[in-house]
Amino acid sequence: MSSVTPGTLPQVENEPRAKNEWPLWEIFIRGQHGMSHRHVGSLHAPDAEMAIKNARDVYTRRNEGVSIWVVEARHIAASSPSDKGPLYEPSESKVYRHPTFFDIPDEVGAM
Amino acid sequence: MYAQMVKSAGTGVKSREEMSEQERAFQDKVDNDIKIEPKDWMPEDYRATLIRQIGQHAHSEIVGQLPEGNWITRAPTLERKAILLAKVQDEAGHGLYLYCAAETLGVSRDELTEMLLDGRMKYSSIFNYPTLNWADIGAVGWLVDGAAIMNQVPLQRTSYGPYSRAMIRICKEESFHQRQGYDAIRKMAEGTPEQKKMAQDALNRFWYPSLMMFGPSDKDSVHSAQSMAWKIKINTNDELRQKFVDQTVPQAEYLGLTIPDPDLKWNEERGHYDFSQPDWSEFFDVLKGNGPCNKDRLADRNKAWDDGKWVRDGLLAHARKKAAAKVAAE
Repeated sequence: MSSVTPGTLPQVENEPRAKNEWPLWEIFIRGQHGMSHRHVGSLHAPDAEMAIKNARDVYTRRNEGVSIWVVEARHIAASSPSDKGPLYEPSESKVYRHPTFFDIPDEVGAM
Repeated sequence: MYAQMVKSAGTGVKSREEMSEQERAFQDKVDNDIKIEPKDWMPEDYRATLIRQIGQHAHSEIVGQLPEGNWITRAPTLERKAILLAKVQDEAGHGLYLYCAAETLGVSRDELTEMLLDGRMKYSSIFNYPTLNWADIGAVGWLVDGAAIMNQVPLQRTSYGPYSRAMIRICKEESFHQRQGYDAIRKMAEGTPEQKKMAQDALNRFWYPSLMMFGPSDKDSVHSAQSMAWKIKINTNDELRQKFVDQTVPQAEYLGLTIPDPDLKWNEERGHYDFSQPDWSEFFDVLKGNGPCNKDRLADRNKAWDDGKWVRDGLLAHARKKAAAKVAAE
């Protein structure tokens, strides 16, 4: 399972290479120093080097980034929407994980 | 619009009783503005309609580069040339965002390209009109991109996640397109009498084709009703066209240009302009392939695809060779 939200991952695993289509790459851009890379979209390219070059042309034309990651889409594993319940529901009942769960007397001051 | 006359698949809007349990759950998500993502269940008709709509939109971005590309080498100044180049490059990017969104629905990039090249899929009628002189480039940015924005801004809220995200990116860049167009035509409208005449002539030729971009009235269309229920269409064609006219008339007045419609009149009661409809028989004729540039546009796209084949093949062969060498070395 991956922390990546596959915004544009193809639903159908087709075999583009069989038709001589360039593979699909998912593009991640670091917007500014200190921020993490974020998924911005995808593109086709024959290899990683060209994927980075194309990503620079497509996704950073207006100073949107200081760093680019590219990952071939087929290498990304993603959670299934049908697992939403088992994966995320358990945390719903654990309200004590949030600081607001605890009442701190006003006299104690900021905490 | 950039996607015109996209017929929704299926037989029209189903009542809740007619829907299966899955369809009801899907419609509930759409109604509650929860985005549909590629791996979520969706009705086949929704998927098929979206492929048609997003694909047509993507093709329009790509074919839309041709009328403007025509003037890159003949732009009046280096600055105008750099701006136009940047704009046409944006259009390529917009096409790419949209193709990627369509691909998440299970169609491949090459399939989409082939359907454009052999005429099975359409692109917007507007790009079958020629750009005869520099004033047309201003008119295209101002009117054509202006009309496109009318449609694209609401589509940022569309129900399909990848489509919505593509529209958000596109809208950010589209405002540059319209403003550079207005700036270019303003320069001419405020220039010599000859330049002003060219600006007026460009407006005369692009006004009605721009109104056609929204497509014929669809207030009684079952296809539109279905697309609106799915939130892949947000407004009717007439609503968007009216909005476009209301926005554009004062912009033309500022330039001292006249909208080529003797019946154009502010309607106090409605709070909108009354205006003449374009010649819809011309619209259908252009869609059928008989516009001034249909043949050129498709020929140009086919030539670009055929001429680029050795590059695509070469890069792929090189990538495979490198990958094989890397495996051999390990």
